[in-house]
Amino acid sequence: MSGLLHAFTILAVSAGVVFFIAGTVGLVRFPDVPTRLHALTKADNVGLGLVVLGLLPYTGGLLGALKLVSVWLLTLLSGAIVTQLIARAVR
Amino acid sequence: MSSFLLVSAVLVLASIAIGLVRILYSRQAADCMMAAQLVGTGGIAVLLLVAVATETAPTGDVALMLALLAAFASVAFVGGMRGTGSKATEGADK
Amino acid sequence: MALVFDIGIVSLLIAIGAWMIMARDTLVAVIIFVVYGLLMSIAWVRLSAVDVALTEAAIGSGITGMLLLSAAARLRQTEGAGARPSFPVCVAAGSLCALISAGLAGVVLLPADVAPTLAPLAVANLADTGLENPVAGVLFAYRALDTLLEKVVLLLALLGVWSLGSDRAWGGAPALGAYVPPNDILVFFAQVLPPIGIVFAAYMTWTGASHPGGAFQGGTVLAVMWLLVMMAGVARAPPISSTKVRWLLVAGPALFLAVGFLGFVIAAGFLAYPVDYAKALIVLIEIALALSIGVTLALLAAGPPERTLQP
Repeated sequence: MSGLLHAFTILAVSAGVVFFIAGTVGLVRFPDVPTRLHALTKADNVGLGLVVLGLLPYTGGLLGALKLVSVWLLTLLSGAIVTQLIARAVR
Repeated sequence: MSSFLLVSAVLVLASIAIGLVRILYSRQAADCMMAAQLVGTGGIAVLLLVAVATETAPTGDVALMLALLAAFASVAFVGGMRGTGSKATEGADK
Repeated sequence: MALVFDIGIVSLLIAIGAWMIMARDTLVAVIIFVVYGLLMSIAWVRLSAVDVALTEAAIGSGITGMLLLSAAARLRQTEGAGARPSFPVCVAAGSLCALISAGLAGVVLLPADVAPTLAPLAVANLADTGLENPVAGVLFAYRALDTLLEKVVLLLALLGVWSLGSDRAWGGAPALGAYVPPNDILVFFAQVLPPIGIVFAAYMTWTGASHPGGAFQGGTVLAVMWLLVMMAGVARAPPISSTKVRWLLVAGPALFLAVGFLGFVIAAGFLAYPVDYAKALIVLIEIALALSIGVTLALLAAGPPERTLQP
């Protein structure tokens, strides 16, 4: 069981790291502000979600797990709103 | 397990650093405004990975604080860039 | 492997610090400063100073960022157009800065004597305060006078900011609503985020007695939420002559001072607590302080009064 959990964590966290790196590649390579915003918030938010998912078995309780999930939800909310604000400031 | 998580943290930290160089050297204001969002999201991931890897005190509270405050910082940046006629706003007016 | 990470974050911090000094644009420098604060809070967690990490995250990205941004906006009119300073002035400024840095580095790197640590004593006597977080014990029991004076200093700082307003605007409200043009997304954000933030601020203040956190962190979150609401125009900034605002500003320090004097009657002396009620009194003070700190920091960042009162 513990081996399965370890494999799950390694899989999810690796996928998360890949998304973070993909986000940075997009940030460096994309041609204009809206596409760069896209790369930054979308990819990084999925990356954080996968990292949180992978770390859930280590939170040591339901409360800790809930806290992690709410951190991710909060980042999703602020990511969506900040993207809109910046995109409007550019327009 | 712990060294795997630390390697992941180092990789995320490196990608934050490269992203920061990219957006802060940009001529356009909107790129600079993304900085808090980038470091907020990436920083939370780094923090959580390192905290689990090194078994430090529970850091869920610090992650929550970063999530709340990084969002505010981004809002303040957008306001700050608009409120002034800087090099930055010239880019924003394009 | 942990060493690799530590080296990574320290070199990133040093690089960002150097970059902040060299940035030409004031606003970009402020943004780099906020980023520096966010990364610094990760470094504090690595040093097991979770209380400091929380404060750094809250103050660094919320209040000082906002203060510096509005300072940059005010300075904008005076800079840029002026001629470059002459060569001797540059050399003099550079060498003075280098001298101060060298002095600071000398003080840090060559300590005369390592001060004896009081940490074991602080933990050994923690049970008498009823608290479980040693940092709260130091702040509210062992060094309560320092904490009280810090809160008074915050009020003095606010008076300093207020006195920068023009005579006509005295008693008026800070002009924060004009900071961002009306924007429905920002309004939505200012309606969704504050409820979450207020719950988190209450949790921070309450949990401070036994876990990292406390009145200062909770109050800062309150301040940031109020600033967001004022910036989005959901609620107007209050006039500084408002009696309610002034009561809120002094409530925390006044209660702290009152409990301090009460110590003469019910305990050993000024700012001493009776053993049985120590925790209850400290939590009561923390709640009042969180409110006062929230109002003080928000008004500090909101700036001097600019709009005059409608008669």
